[in-house]
Amino acid sequence: MSTALQQLVNKPYKHGFVTNIESEVAPKGLSEDTIRMISAKKNEPAWLLDFRLKAYQAWLLMTEPAWPNVHYPKIDFQAISYYAAPKQKPKLSSMDEVDPELLRTFEKLGVPLHERMALAGVAVDVIFDSVSVATTYKAKLAEVGIVFCSMSEAVLEHPELVKKYLGTVIPTGDNYYAALNSAVFTDGSFCFIPKGVKCPMDLSTYFRINTEESGQFERTLIVAEEGATVSYLEGCTAPAFSSNQLHAAVVELVALDNADIKYSTVQNWYAGDENGVGGIYNFVTKRGLAKGVNSRISWTQVETGSAITWKYPSVILRGDNSVGEFYSVAVTNHHQQADTGTKMIHLGKNTRSTIVSKGISAGQSSNSYRGLVKVAPTATGARNYSQCDSMLIGDKSGAHTFPYIQVRNPTAQVEHEASTSKIGEEQLFYFAQRGISAEAAVSMIINGFCKDVFQQLPMEFAVEATQLLGFKLEGAVG
Amino acid sequence: MINPSSPVLIEVRGLCASINGIDILRELELTVRRGEVHTIMGPNGSGKSTLAKVLAGHTAYEVTAGTVQFEGQDLLAMAPEARALSGVFLGFQYPIEIPGVANSQFLRLSYNTLQAQRGQEELDPLEFDDFVREKMKLLEMSPDFLDRSVNEGFSGGEKKRNEILQMALLEPRLAILDETDSGLDIDALRIVSQGVNQLMKPDNAVILVTHYQRLLNYIVPDFVHVMEAGRIIKTGGKELAVELEKRGYDWVSAEHEAAGRAMTQEVST
Repeated sequence: MSTALQQLVNKPYKHGFVTNIESEVAPKGLSEDTIRMISAKKNEPAWLLDFRLKAYQAWLLMTEPAWPNVHYPKIDFQAISYYAAPKQKPKLSSMDEVDPELLRTFEKLGVPLHERMALAGVAVDVIFDSVSVATTYKAKLAEVGIVFCSMSEAVLEHPELVKKYLGTVIPTGDNYYAALNSAVFTDGSFCFIPKGVKCPMDLSTYFRINTEESGQFERTLIVAEEGATVSYLEGCTAPAFSSNQLHAAVVELVALDNADIKYSTVQNWYAGDENGVGGIYNFVTKRGLAKGVNSRISWTQVETGSAITWKYPSVILRGDNSVGEFYSVAVTNHHQQADTGTKMIHLGKNTRSTIVSKGISAGQSSNSYRGLVKVAPTATGARNYSQCDSMLIGDKSGAHTFPYIQVRNPTAQVEHEASTSKIGEEQLFYFAQRGISAEAAVSMIINGFCKDVFQQLPMEFAVEATQLLGFKLEGAVG
Repeated sequence: MINPSSPVLIEVRGLCASINGIDILRELELTVRRGEVHTIMGPNGSGKSTLAKVLAGHTAYEVTAGTVQFEGQDLLAMAPEARALSGVFLGFQYPIEIPGVANSQFLRLSYNTLQAQRGQEELDPLEFDDFVREKMKLLEMSPDFLDRSVNEGFSGGEKKRNEILQMALLEPRLAILDETDSGLDIDALRIVSQGVNQLMKPDNAVILVTHYQRLLNYIVPDFVHVMEAGRIIKTGGKELAVELEKRGYDWVSAEHEAAGRAMTQEVST
């Protein structure tokens, strides 16, 4: 490996600072008492406590999944604190009441709050150590009937909506981490777009883990009623700690007839250092239910962070003519491990799904695509197109593709294309011979490689993603 | 054009280079003056392509001895991109494919990087488009080359034309063309040769690495060198190429060995 190539992929993590803010952290350990404590802290109704306890009972009987292509020491779930919240006044009526230290943190992170946010025209919900600290533009959105608030608030103010949809896409006992999340989730975002409303701005949630040895378990629920559309953005960062932290989120999307939900993520959790010490375990369950006819759910993700990523944003295509999309860029460097992909479950007639996955592995990292395309007997005329491309940087990284295709309807059309390429010395020498530095060359190659995914992202996210990738891979080439 | 008073552009002295511990170049000597066209011929494995890559700074090769002066600078001390920016161009024997990167984007970045280095104006995409289309006309290239990924899915001949297009854009001081004529049909050969002839100005020089005399019907060399086992064993004018075409390389090799024996005898007596 040439040194130019190596230097290029290795840049320090710029979100690795800790905010010195007073937090209320629950004692470590998980039991029914912990769950009752969380529920009580949040003044939750009894049905939600039941939901949590049911999930906890299911979780106790489950075992950690062993099938992903990732390796890590066994997690001690009793060594984690399940509740951490910045200490603050119980209720905030405006942004001015937010702890200024917290606001400075978000300024450091470049999260547009206040005026910058107004200019950007994005409504933001900020989740700090599992607790929502600020939701902007709430009033303005409420004028058109949109509910956009923290999950805790939604539980208290719109219990009928939450009760109607929570756990309907991802049941409490769906899988090990979803069950854990259902038992202990502390906050998250809730978004409801009523019938016929096109959300006038992008909605955004910013997640930040700040406390060492705390887990973050947020829960997001987005419901788009008949004919509603919404574009939702999610960003994530965490400080650099030498211990591993667990992030087990659940995101549920529900799209009714003719509704359209677009969910974009730029995930940049702390990935650990160059020796693989520290970093977030990102074990996330995301699933959308394209429930109504002609509904559409589109996932776009740019996954650059986390020590381990285990995540398969999926779509259940129940409505006839519904559309599911998955556009993904997953970048791993150093000792990062990613096992990510999607599931497209075709149930309705003439349902269509598109999967475009781009995996980039540098350093000693391992990057796996795992995807399921399932066509049920009812899904007459279903179509799927999948494209999985891997790019290797250097000669110590690995790329794997695990496509699963199950077709039980003879009219279905399923296509799968895959490729593997490598940024190696020869390519970089070619660029160098034309006067182009390794850094510029890699950025050009990577952007070309990821073009199909980046063009799915909202403009400002696309810019961020491009920069993030350049940053991430600086020094990696070799 | 031979002009003994023309300044030396590149001077290679005692150059030794190896790859993976295997010696390829052995004390190679070569002097190229401005305005000259040199041809390097020789059997497969004699080190022709290695010489081209070592001069361009390919990282896989290790230079173990010798010096290379380029316009008075120590070329071997410079990074590959610095060599390119100071005017050394390598036309690749096997141009690299870069999926996902549009040819126009690649060409413009390369051109603008060089312009910036020369302190000259960079071109925006529209200006560059006009500029590059003019150059492409000369090479009889279709404009849709610009939208395709760099070299991806190009035929052998298209790749070589793309190399010559880059040379025409960058106007290097020294162009080293590594078997640019291989795999070209007669029309492509003519077009590529035109490109090379256009580059030839009194200040520039070209080193052509080739197997075939037929290229020399279009480009007239001032010097023809024969390489064997990592060094130049014979140098002549354009008539040498004609002779090589007729007689092959064995006689040059035999002659060189005989001269070597004579030399040894002379030394020992």
